[in-house]
Amino acid sequence: MSIFSTKKSWINLTIWVLLIAIIIAAPSVLPVFRLNLLGRYLSLAIVALGVDLIWGFTGMLSLGQGIFFALGGYCAAMFLQLNSSGEFPNGIPEFFGLYGVEKLPFFWEPFKSSIFTLISIWFIPAIIAGLLGYLVFRNRIKGVYFSILTQAALLVFFNFFNGQQKLINGTNGLKTDVTQIFGQMVGSEIMQRWFFWISAVLVILAWFFARWIVRDRFGNILIGIRDDEARVRFTGYNPVIFKTIIFSIAGGLAGISGALYTVQSGIVSPQFMTVPFSIEMVVWVAVGGRGTLLGAILGAVFINYAKSLVSEALPASWMFIQGGLFILVVTALPEGVLGWIRKDGLKKLLFLIGINKKLETYPSLEVNEQGEVK
Amino acid sequence: MQLILESLFNGVAIGSVLLVAALGLAIVFGLMGVINLAHGELMMLGAYSTYITQLIFKQVSFLKPFYDSYVIVAIGIAFLVSGTVGILLERTVIRRLYGSPLETLLATWGVSLILQQFVRSVPLAYGSGLVIALFFGLFSPLFISDDLLHGAKGKLIRASTWGFSALLGVATGGILSSLVSKLGRASARNVDVTAPSWMRGGIDFVGITFPKTRLLIILITLISVLVVIFFLDKTAWGMRIRAVTQNRPMSDCLGISTETVDIITFGIGSGLAGVAGVAVSLLGSVGPNVGGNYIVGCFMVVVLGGVGNLLGTVLASFSIGIMTDLIGAGRLLTIWPDMPSPLYSTIDFFATTSMARVMIFALIVIFLQFKPTGMFPQKGRMVES
Repeated sequence: MSIFSTKKSWINLTIWVLLIAIIIAAPSVLPVFRLNLLGRYLSLAIVALGVDLIWGFTGMLSLGQGIFFALGGYCAAMFLQLNSSGEFPNGIPEFFGLYGVEKLPFFWEPFKSSIFTLISIWFIPAIIAGLLGYLVFRNRIKGVYFSILTQAALLVFFNFFNGQQKLINGTNGLKTDVTQIFGQMVGSEIMQRWFFWISAVLVILAWFFARWIVRDRFGNILIGIRDDEARVRFTGYNPVIFKTIIFSIAGGLAGISGALYTVQSGIVSPQFMTVPFSIEMVVWVAVGGRGTLLGAILGAVFINYAKSLVSEALPASWMFIQGGLFILVVTALPEGVLGWIRKDGLKKLLFLIGINKKLETYPSLEVNEQGEVK
Repeated sequence: MQLILESLFNGVAIGSVLLVAALGLAIVFGLMGVINLAHGELMMLGAYSTYITQLIFKQVSFLKPFYDSYVIVAIGIAFLVSGTVGILLERTVIRRLYGSPLETLLATWGVSLILQQFVRSVPLAYGSGLVIALFFGLFSPLFISDDLLHGAKGKLIRASTWGFSALLGVATGGILSSLVSKLGRASARNVDVTAPSWMRGGIDFVGITFPKTRLLIILITLISVLVVIFFLDKTAWGMRIRAVTQNRPMSDCLGISTETVDIITFGIGSGLAGVAGVAVSLLGSVGPNVGGNYIVGCFMVVVLGGVGNLLGTVLASFSIGIMTDLIGAGRLLTIWPDMPSPLYSTIDFFATTSMARVMIFALIVIFLQFKPTGMFPQKGRMVES
């Protein structure tokens, strides 16, 4: 069977062609400022993929993905800061001087190595997600309880990072745009172009990875957990393991996303761990279409683009629009935009406004004008 | 001894704000399985109601002599305002999402965003006009006899009550904005509620000063809890609420109108959020984000206390309050000055308000390892849902 034989695949293919066309065209069409924004949104699409895996497929609504996002960002920023702090006193990043710290805190040491950093960007968030997830899932805490616990965890991490000036520069965060890598400023145009390409490639790789996860039996079990966890348990599977694994994968994806976002926005700060940001991640997926993967990417990119356009034009109205979007998407469009299109939403809409004719569901039973069955 | 007493008082004071805020959340969660993320914003509405009431008492000449009692009036007004908005929220959004708690979570978050932006960009006078219009629109049909409402001209009567309410709302908005010029302009800035003179200062008792505002908040909490307990245990509607909490389909079969129960419960829960808002407004300045500072504390209370009964909510609030004070204000160190040094430095590390939250969260997660459904889980055979 060819993979393009079904309607679903055709829709997917069309969207992919459009998306890749946008990605390829963007660097030559858009000014650097806009390109940088698009790059950021593409990196946000990676965290959205993670949210889709845990919420769309496994049915766990995490309101705390910002934790893992920020952790990834901090890993990258710590490496960049260390990498370019040679000329500062004591050879440690500049901000330490403000608080009279002379010795590098111990957990900064390993980030001098680039390989360790590249691994830690996804590994540390994944481990923390796995640990947190295991402690929660082990006790069969789920549903709303899980959501508010993740939100509480988010606030706790926010407080922790916000309060520790001497360890990680507290509320000011770590700047990356004036640091150097490969002899270039991270904030320079050439590096930003590179980061755009890296984000674009990683989004696509992350999509393939997520596809691969949900395609086989593993994915079926995830969907099983979403639809009826008790039944999955009675069938002999241990949902705790699967939930922990998928939560930790989503954490890892969030970490990668956070690192890419950090180098493109030029700073990582506890603001990444605020409550609204993490809930926004959920609404990208909800609008795009949960359980569709591609929808998560589309949702993240387009909602953020809309956000930046609307907030440039009418700053006050974005909150209303976003609030309305939350309500609209759960009441009127629970499948999201992509799910709606896949379910013949367009045809139904055309029918509603009277352009298309209603389909004859059972032509053999249709009644003709004389009142006889054909 | 004195130190312990002072610490206990502070803990109870922190806990009582949490309690009155979490009470409404816990009742609604117990009944409908719904966490209302807009609960913090309902608190904010309560806090703004206090502010508006205060301004009105200050500006309107015939109310001026009673200025000192505005706080008591504000409690009633805040209850009605938040309750009205809560009922509207239940009837328009939450009812549609019955049975999907996660979606409700997201929708109520959307509502909270809208409410936050609303107080920023709409003048408070017109905001209160809108609330008054909603109030009369929602409640005036209750006072019209059923025959009229369902009779031949029922629709006309309903429409005219809404029209009348809208007029009333516009009139209120206009009058308020002309009376109190501060309310006529939209502003995103924080506002301050000044406590009346009798609430300033403190009461000295066994060598400790108890601030009067905190005492009043404890009193408000005590009364709220007692009223809620009385309502749930002794009245007919309270019994129906308990029945629906225990078993919704069965109560439905026995002729209880679960729809009305939902409305009443949500209204009371939201109204309690408004009362909490009054308490919060006495503690600090009032802004669009004021609710967000308390909401996660409320979640902690719900998670720790369980949804089985109110005792869990009460105990959880006070234990979180006392822990916050013990850890956050570094009182453990003053109570026990010569503890071993590794312990000392650990506790010292957590001795700020924000770090105390970190510690308490860790403790709650550890607690949940032993009691996953909170202190007092709901009894009975439950199908995992």
